[in-house]
Amino acid sequence: MQASDGIARSSGHEPDERGHFGRYGGRFVPEALVAALEELTTEYEKARHDPEFLTELDRLHRDYSGRPSPLTEVSRLAEHAGGARILLKREDLNHTGSHKINNVLGQALLTKRMGKSRVIAETGAGQHGVATATACALLGLDCVVYMGEVDTRRQALNVARMRLLGAEVVPVKLGSRTLKDAINEALRDWVTNVEHTHYLLGTVAGPHPFPMMVRDFHRIIGLEAREQVLERTGRLPDAVAACVGGGSNAIGIFHAFLDDESVRLVGFEPGGDGIETGRHGATLSEGSPGALHGAMSYLLQDADGQTSESYSISAGLDYPGVGPEHALLKDLGRARYEPVTDAAAMEAFALLSRTEGIIPAIESAHAVAGALRLGRELGPDGIVLVNLSGRGDKDVDTAARWFGMLDREDTQ
Amino acid sequence: MTVADVFGRCAAAGRGALIGYFPAGYPTVDGSVELMNAMVEGGCDLLEVGIPYSDPVMDGPTIQAAAETALRGGTRVRDVLSVVERVSAAGGSAVVMTYYNPMLRYGVDAFARDLAAAGGLGVITPDLIPDEADEWLAASTAHGLDRIFLVSPSSSDERIAATVAASSGFVYATSIMGVTGARESVASAAPRLVARTRPHTSLPVCVGLGVRSGEQAAEVAGFADGVIVGSAFVAEAERTGRDGVRVLAAELAAGVGRGSPRRSTPTDVMAP
Repeated sequence: MQASDGIARSSGHEPDERGHFGRYGGRFVPEALVAALEELTTEYEKARHDPEFLTELDRLHRDYSGRPSPLTEVSRLAEHAGGARILLKREDLNHTGSHKINNVLGQALLTKRMGKSRVIAETGAGQHGVATATACALLGLDCVVYMGEVDTRRQALNVARMRLLGAEVVPVKLGSRTLKDAINEALRDWVTNVEHTHYLLGTVAGPHPFPMMVRDFHRIIGLEAREQVLERTGRLPDAVAACVGGGSNAIGIFHAFLDDESVRLVGFEPGGDGIETGRHGATLSEGSPGALHGAMSYLLQDADGQTSESYSISAGLDYPGVGPEHALLKDLGRARYEPVTDAAAMEAFALLSRTEGIIPAIESAHAVAGALRLGRELGPDGIVLVNLSGRGDKDVDTAARWFGMLDREDTQ
Repeated sequence: MTVADVFGRCAAAGRGALIGYFPAGYPTVDGSVELMNAMVEGGCDLLEVGIPYSDPVMDGPTIQAAAETALRGGTRVRDVLSVVERVSAAGGSAVVMTYYNPMLRYGVDAFARDLAAAGGLGVITPDLIPDEADEWLAASTAHGLDRIFLVSPSSSDERIAATVAASSGFVYATSIMGVTGARESVASAAPRLVARTRPHTSLPVCVGLGVRSGEQAAEVAGFADGVIVGSAFVAEAERTGRDGVRVLAAELAAGVGRGSPRRSTPTDVMAP
């Protein structure tokens, strides 16, 4: 399996011509952006059937990013999951430390094909920003990353990484100062500079073609994992677990299993302080349909359609929207979505670190917590595949504070 | 009064129309009504009553900040409808400018019904393109509201044709690529865009984004049927309040009155 397999071959689960997944998706954007979206759609359609593009992308995945990513069975962790077998798809081992590089390499190559010289991106935890800054360094593109001011503080390490890679990081001081506002600011930049700038959107949200295209760039995760699980265990998993913020790593691993009816697909959303407190980011569990950031999907909103502020300990999941294909999968009942609180995610974070020597990103720790839950549901015969979407280096400071591991003077 | 009547009256007087945007609820609901009334007194022919929205991606810092103030003050969509009712009762003509989600959440048909009942004449939809607007096309027709879509310098001729075909009242031409906000000069893209739009429609074509002075208004009125001013009014309201807003409207109204005769041909437009 190669990345090009997820791009050149349709999965049979495509949006309509205007990018609608059922009632979701589409293009709810200023007219000023339509020309750029049409250009991108056309260019992507050409590229996905162009052997030169596909070969180059596969080469980068293999020689630069390190694909295929391994599948790791975590039996010591599984002792805490009712004895079910737990298999981690190790996207954390990709270059730059998360699944984000899969999409970024594809879009950065497209940027070059379109003759654009400048790339802008939004980032929450900084994983997408770091991946984008990396690809821009590699391909000689100018890079500006918008990041909420709150997130620049909680993910200071990634801010430094992006700057080391030559990107300009712009702290966004508007609204809730998190991912949602970073996307607003990136969209404003794009409207102004669309002629020579590509908006390298980091998740499966936004206007068509982003939800479809970003998904295709991540389909390799599920395609590889499905083969690896079959090879390792001789059968399909009973459940696939992934964290869901915008939903890119989840759709990437889910997609290969959509037609396997026996496989439960479960997305774990940030439950923050608990759904009952109102401080969470569980868009699919608690939201309602609406239009935000260019697409119709579920979102957290008030009675007037004003976007509600989300909350999560994880900057990468702290987003009141979600990709439109997830909205459809929820309505169809093909996937289900459940909240995982900060506390449960951090417990899983510690458990995986101590039982397996793997420090996950706090985002991915939500999926690990979910897998522990699924494992107990399934019992000892169960097999749970987890997308370990990123590594936790960037979260060491947050985790050390959470667990009270810093010396007194360090915490001041 | 309809939007067509407003433009008819301006054309009969041999001048362009002055269209003034203001966010409802800024600095308060009552305050915004007073300021909009002052805009009408100063010479605004048509008001754009803005619904403050949490994620205004087409707006620059001035209007973003005003929307944030309005929302923090508790402005609701139903307050915006009451603002429309009050400024209309005071003799103004008003359309609403809104991002799509507040309208969607209210219920597109219910919103159209209640806006029409409040005396509103139409809706400008900066993030709704006709391709996605089936529900709004039906609701606006059912309740007799004009639907004002935007065309942009980056729009292809095909898209301009399709957009104006779905439009009524007037066509909103965004003069530059970018978000709202007063600028020193009106970009050269505006006359070209208006010229490209004219062959596809007999609707008035109005230009917005960036106008803040009488001089600029006169320049735009030289090639467009109406001049749309927003951020400059918001900034003026913050600086000097009601009197300043009235004076600015009068200056801009004098500007649109100095503009060249209506319906310049594209050749005239492109001349130096």
